[in-house]
Amino acid sequence: MIIQQTENHLALIAKVEAYAEERPLTLLGREEKSHYHQFKVKGLDAKNLIRFLRDDPALEFAMFIDLTAVDYLKYPIAQPERFAVITTLLSPKLGIRVQVKAFVADADARLPSIADLYDGANWTEREVWDLYGIEFLGHPDLKRILMPDDYEGHPLRKDYPLKGRGERGNFPVYHATTQKGGT
Amino acid sequence: MYSYDKEVVERDENTVHMNVGPSHPAMHGTLRVKMEVKGERIIKTEQEIGFLHTGFEKLGENRSYNQFITLTDRLNYFSPLSNNIGFALASEELLGITVPRRCQVIRTILAEMSRLADHSLCVGAMTMDLGAFSSILWTFVEREKLYDVFEAVTGTRLTSSYTRVGGLAFDLPADFVKRVTGILDSMDKTIDNLRKSFYQNRIFLDRCEGIGVITKEMAMSYGITGPMGRASGVPYDIRKFRPYMIYNELKFDTPLYTQGDTLARYKVRIDEMAESISMVRQAMKLLEPGPINYEDQKRTLPDKTSTYRDMESLIHHFKLVMPGEDHGIHAPVIDQYSSTEAPNGELGFHLVSDGTSSPYRVRIRPPSFINYPVLSTLLKGSMLADLVAILGSFNIIAGELDR
Repeated sequence: MIIQQTENHLALIAKVEAYAEERPLTLLGREEKSHYHQFKVKGLDAKNLIRFLRDDPALEFAMFIDLTAVDYLKYPIAQPERFAVITTLLSPKLGIRVQVKAFVADADARLPSIADLYDGANWTEREVWDLYGIEFLGHPDLKRILMPDDYEGHPLRKDYPLKGRGERGNFPVYHATTQKGGT
Repeated sequence: MYSYDKEVVERDENTVHMNVGPSHPAMHGTLRVKMEVKGERIIKTEQEIGFLHTGFEKLGENRSYNQFITLTDRLNYFSPLSNNIGFALASEELLGITVPRRCQVIRTILAEMSRLADHSLCVGAMTMDLGAFSSILWTFVEREKLYDVFEAVTGTRLTSSYTRVGGLAFDLPADFVKRVTGILDSMDKTIDNLRKSFYQNRIFLDRCEGIGVITKEMAMSYGITGPMGRASGVPYDIRKFRPYMIYNELKFDTPLYTQGDTLARYKVRIDEMAESISMVRQAMKLLEPGPINYEDQKRTLPDKTSTYRDMESLIHHFKLVMPGEDHGIHAPVIDQYSSTEAPNGELGFHLVSDGTSSPYRVRIRPPSFINYPVLSTLLKGSMLADLVAILGSFNIIAGELDR
């Protein structure tokens, strides 16, 4: 059984900080959460850090847990960029979780895909693309997953109204008798 | 072991396009699988989801913490209590609240009972899909008894909405322990029957053994958790990894298989049901009288009887329920990921708070959404009929798949 071992957090922090020194990688910050640590990086650096976390023999974050995004457009505390893509991983060897928070600018909302590192990232990245419009470079099949293919806009963005932009009324209506589309 | 050749077939003029779902009795909700088949061999599949997308995450940003609990009922609608408890624990961790002991014991009992209800439906439906109709009747009888208890406890059968941030809606009924004890005894017999009928059954084994094998590496890379992960040898159970509620006081084993096939997933669920029964029995001995809600009434709804009888409780009730900037529960401005072990795997809630009464962002990490994509890999080169067996063992719930 994998049991949580909080004492391994110190080893993780030392490893990641040494890696950031050694490579040209800027750590924007580190936050201690209730039972894991969150490392903040720039969007383009995220994949390198995640690859290091997965491949380093002392860390081995082999298990994918989650990938999601947050839009900080209306957040009361200033953030480095508008969007944050948050990847959660688990190390069965150390018994700890880790979060990598990658900040992505509004004007250039794209970052490298980690779908080649973790299979689970394939659908979660499609979901983030669908709901936030953040593009993942090198993703094998980046298309909408929850919303219809012909949908316009990205509904989880903070500037997207709760009641929508009238999309519901604009969906084509299909009649069973004629099999023809119309509005 | 039954040897099963997984032959990879090339496309040619005999290739046929097939479409299963989104409305098909074997597809467990609104799932659609587009396939290219040649004879009975599947060449390529593509899964399509999103037919039940309801926008829970967007709605959550515009509702208070307590209002969101009603939406969690609709996630995995076979075990709504597990989702209620998962969200309540996540928001309590965000607020820094620890609920009283009696509340923790009640939540543990109900979480394990909803696991029993969920697993009993899954193992029954899976064998029904493979042609054994009597087993779903056995498990449905047991599930029905459990749902009667859920109705007595929460007031409704399906949309329970039983937890509140910092406590529960109301206490257990007086005859709870007596009723549940009777159900657990008959459940033991049903589990015994399921084991006897299927573990040695040639027809069932031929359909399940060595079919849809998920290796340990695949499971970790896809992030597969819960019974599916443990059938593939991933020893990960959040009840052991990071014990919440009173799980560290209960004695239980986490069943672990290494085969990773459909049969292993079936066996893990049966074994987990037996463990859950023992856990409910142990936890019911720990039930002691006491308060069920967190004492700070500025953050926890007062119970209904005092709301109608004394003025302070009425004021607190209105302060928590009224919409607007100055009312409601105010969480610290942080973000936090917390997860619980739901019947299908890790149910996580990533809550981002901006200090107002509603969360800034609610990310639901549903086990079904993370467990489902592996299906395409498993189906490549296998037989058409295996789709039903494999999908039955996944227990994909469209409500939490599409949210």
